[in-house]
Amino acid sequence: MSTLTSAHSLWTLAADTPADRIPAPTIEYAQLAPTLIVVGAAVVGILVEAFVPRRSRYYVQVFLALAALASAFAAVVGLAAGGYGSSKAHIAAMGAIAVDGPALFLQGTILLASVVAVFTFAERRLDPAAHGNRVDSFAAQAASVPGSDSEKAAVKAGFTTTEVFPLALFAIAGMLIFPAANDLLTLFVALEVFSLPLYLLCAVARRQRLMSQEAAVKYFLLGAFSSAFLLFGIALLYGYAGSVSYAVIADVVDGTITKIDPALAGTMGNDALLLMGGALILTGLLFKVGAVPFHMWTPDVYQGAPTPVTGFMAAATKVAAFGALLRLLYVVLPGLRWDWRPVMWAVAIVTMLAGAVIAVTQTDVKRLLAYSSVAHAGFILAGVIATSAEGVQSVLFYLLAYSFVTIGAFAVVTLVRDAGGEATHLSKWAGLGRRSPLTAAVFAVFLLAFAGIPLTSGFTGKFAVFSAAAEGGAGALVVIGVLSSAIAAFFYIRVIVLMFFSEPKADGPTVAVPSPLTMTTIAVGVAVTLVLGLAPQYFLDLAGQASTFVR
Amino acid sequence: MENLIALLIAAPLLGAVVLLCGGRRLDKTGHWLGTLLAAVSFGIGVVLFADMLGRGADDRTLTQNLYTWIPVEGFQADMAFQLDQLSMTFVLLISGVGTLIHVYSIGYMEHDERRRRFFGYLNLFVAAMLLLVLADNYLLLYFGWEGVGLASYLLIGFWQHKPSAATAAKKAFLVNRVGDMGLSIAIMLMFTTFGTFAFGPVFGAVGEASEGKLTAIGLMLLLAACGKSAQVPLQSWLGDAMEGPTPVSALIHAATMVTAGVYLIVRSAAVFNGAPDAQLVVTVVGAVTLLFGAIVGCAKDDIKKALAGSTMSQIGYMILAAGLGPIGYVFAIMHLVTHGFFKAGLFLGAGSVMHGMNDEVDMRKYGGLRKYMPVTFVTFGLGYLAIIGFPGLSGFFSKDMIIEAAFAKGGTEGWILGGVTLLGAGITAFYMTRVMLLTFFGEKRWQPTASDSGSAAGSGHEPHPHESPKSMTVPMVILAFGSVFAGAFFEIGERFLKWLEPVTGYSHGNPPVSAMTVTAATMVMLLVGVGIAWAMYGKRPVPVVAPRGSFLTRAARRDLYQDDFNHVVLVRGGEHLTRSLVYVDHSLVDGVVNGTAASVGGLSGRLRKLQNGYARSYAVSMFGGTAILIAATLLMRAV
Repeated sequence: MSTLTSAHSLWTLAADTPADRIPAPTIEYAQLAPTLIVVGAAVVGILVEAFVPRRSRYYVQVFLALAALASAFAAVVGLAAGGYGSSKAHIAAMGAIAVDGPALFLQGTILLASVVAVFTFAERRLDPAAHGNRVDSFAAQAASVPGSDSEKAAVKAGFTTTEVFPLALFAIAGMLIFPAANDLLTLFVALEVFSLPLYLLCAVARRQRLMSQEAAVKYFLLGAFSSAFLLFGIALLYGYAGSVSYAVIADVVDGTITKIDPALAGTMGNDALLLMGGALILTGLLFKVGAVPFHMWTPDVYQGAPTPVTGFMAAATKVAAFGALLRLLYVVLPGLRWDWRPVMWAVAIVTMLAGAVIAVTQTDVKRLLAYSSVAHAGFILAGVIATSAEGVQSVLFYLLAYSFVTIGAFAVVTLVRDAGGEATHLSKWAGLGRRSPLTAAVFAVFLLAFAGIPLTSGFTGKFAVFSAAAEGGAGALVVIGVLSSAIAAFFYIRVIVLMFFSEPKADGPTVAVPSPLTMTTIAVGVAVTLVLGLAPQYFLDLAGQASTFVR
Repeated sequence: MENLIALLIAAPLLGAVVLLCGGRRLDKTGHWLGTLLAAVSFGIGVVLFADMLGRGADDRTLTQNLYTWIPVEGFQADMAFQLDQLSMTFVLLISGVGTLIHVYSIGYMEHDERRRRFFGYLNLFVAAMLLLVLADNYLLLYFGWEGVGLASYLLIGFWQHKPSAATAAKKAFLVNRVGDMGLSIAIMLMFTTFGTFAFGPVFGAVGEASEGKLTAIGLMLLLAACGKSAQVPLQSWLGDAMEGPTPVSALIHAATMVTAGVYLIVRSAAVFNGAPDAQLVVTVVGAVTLLFGAIVGCAKDDIKKALAGSTMSQIGYMILAAGLGPIGYVFAIMHLVTHGFFKAGLFLGAGSVMHGMNDEVDMRKYGGLRKYMPVTFVTFGLGYLAIIGFPGLSGFFSKDMIIEAAFAKGGTEGWILGGVTLLGAGITAFYMTRVMLLTFFGEKRWQPTASDSGSAAGSGHEPHPHESPKSMTVPMVILAFGSVFAGAFFEIGERFLKWLEPVTGYSHGNPPVSAMTVTAATMVMLLVGVGIAWAMYGKRPVPVVAPRGSFLTRAARRDLYQDDFNHVVLVRGGEHLTRSLVYVDHSLVDGVVNGTAASVGGLSGRLRKLQNGYARSYAVSMFGGTAILIAATLLMRAV
């Protein structure tokens, strides 16, 4: 080492005082394995697109995606079993990524939800075969103009957009990092890594392609807008603290660090920067969770995107974004609690009420579920605001419960079809319970879980977040939450009434018989919904053990 | 020894489960199994009784804690039993008389195709009733209380194909519900007052509670007793309950279940001793029911309904005695036991008569049956002498003691209560003599039964009265023995008093007149009652069709207009209340609800317009939102 230094010093200018060399970063590859596996599989997936013959790409991609997700989940379980969720929790990758209980719990949730979501991506039996080729929910060739000859040729040739699998894997990788990110730059990079593939995925619907593309463009524009806010917030916080690391910012907020970086002498410790930066970063995250007034993209995008993508996005994005929000509020800004709590109170109240109220007049089942997801974002925010271990526990549990209900519900939506593809207008769902009692019953279970009826996971989750919020002193918030739940129950149960107590229409939709893939998704959704409703204790305990953030 | 207590209940419970779940293959043998298990219960009871006698008076209570029934922090309910002298008395009465009536039912229900089910219900009843008297806390008692209510409902409506039976069962159930509510409120009050509802702790802590609380608990317990024991104002179901098979009337609606109210009051002696006002109400209820039942009994032509009126009246005696406090507790229970013997005997006799008369129940169509049914005549006659208080028989002793105790209450109260009990004794003599004369004496009045007689079997041909089979007469004979000798056995050397005193306490009171005077007065009343009845029904022929009768007779035939009263006040009143509530619901509640729904819908319709599909509008909303968020955050710091 010393000889090396002396050798170098021959041609450095400051020979006497060897300059600070950039140390090689230490990366704990094993602890980052879940993310690395998924990223690796995504890269391999791109290569598959390039080299594997078109005929077998679908099978290779599905296998690759599922294998990657399964081994990533195994890695998460291994890490958790190895104590990284509790005693050995620490910050890895030079302070960029946290490996702790909440991160592992949320990563596990995202991976499980992704597995069932990938099942719906891979579904190819809902539509009749076109020109002898099985078709899935995605455009034959996304690049061809809708209605053009090129599109017809692509359909005729039996092309499929198997790129959705690596795209999904990239998005999942970003989502895995998002709740674990421990500095603001990693947070931003993760945000972009999962957002960009999602914009693309939204654009590739097989049916109603114009609507799908419109949704993708809207999502992209607004997403870019919100990213800009987030980035600006990061800049302000850097100006305030002189660092992008969560731990350092937290210390500066606490007053533990008082040394002022000379380069930032004019801004460091300026609370205005802190407050504005914090608010701007919150804006970026609230956009992702779909909180009012940053929710306006949700109904349009949920409706336009291919339904399997909608389900995936609604579940996994929410998990990742709430994870990042929790870490930001609990690790970076706990010292500012008295500043952000009232503001978040207001956001939660507006979100719950607006989501529930606007959903009342929706006529499209996908838009209905979009507004329902807005209302649910409000309920989860109530748990976030509790600022206690119970709050974290309840939010983790809620996210787990909510993702499976959501993916299951959207999977059911893919089954109800007429000549134009999915029949999402609610009027077409009238009397579905008479013609397809099983499908309608399953959907009813999901709706009841959304409504938070006891014996379903929705009840347990809502009970957990509301009791955490009440213990945290947010009684008024809980009252408004329960009132919104009452309003929300109206439109969920209205759909059940519509399905079971209305006369079926003569030209009503048919219910497609799916392959075992979608069936598995729906069955898992129902099973998780009922298990978390009937015997939630184990999972509540698990979430409770995972509720401590590492700093 | 205490481990046997649970077996007392388990045996009949097993019978109920096996018989009700066993299906058709038990049709041939089920009744034997049911009877055997009731007898096993009685056998265990006798063993426990012998064991209890072997121990000193203060050391006789046995307890058995089976398991914790409801283990909630601060709310412990144990599946625990307590067997003391009071419970023991009931155990022997319930399982003893119960076994006899099982035996009787073998003959009585011989031709019923649902006999197995009948025995299952009877076993269920015995198990529930034993649970009621063995429970060591009020919640478990309540469990048994509801259990006997259920069994009673099932058995009254046993012949459910008859609309009258189905209605009667429903009526009994509904009226009992009112009383049950009283019991549940009493238990809740106990829990809020004492923090527990186990007998020992509650009675131990009575001194710490205010008299107002105790009065409230006492009145609620009384309400419960009124429901179960058919006391005014919840008496209306007992007459209709006679729609059930006669063994049921004998066991449940004469000897055991209807006396549960008396048990409840005597068991809660500590509460009532601390609440004189509640005690006064108890005596008033007892006195009113005593006369009410007696008057109703005088006018009924249906033999079972006449006996039902009598039951009501006799329980009125017991309740009155229980309301007297320590002066009367022992005699309430003593009368309860002797009444259990003679009233069960009388009902079995009535069943025997009906059995021989094609299920005819109208006494005006009997007459002169003593020649045709000698065993029934003799056993019924002995029961009759016992109930009217013929010197030397059971009723004489137990009723006399109650009358004396009523006088011993002292003051104006004592005179009034004593007077009522004396008057009751006279009326009892009258109506029972009437039943006796109409049934067994005079000319035969039966005719070919018309098709409208309501009886399912054998309508259309002349009845051939005959003695009942052995399985029916033997229990009657045994009960007749009890009717004759039980009273004297209890009274000689004050055996019963010494037996129960450790549990219930006893005080002499201050009798204003000597016991001999009271006995003499009772004898006079008895003779007057018998004499009037003889003059009206013995000397003159009895018309087959009932004469119109005086106003009082007509009123008594209609149960003193109790149903009409209930109909006008409760049914009509309830309907009016419902209608006005429905009106309020439609106009006010629905108005508010629909108004809220409409405004939410309107708001929703307006808000959704914000969602106009333009990305630029969405961006503006985000921008505005961010601005507000920042402003609000800064404002929070500023204030």
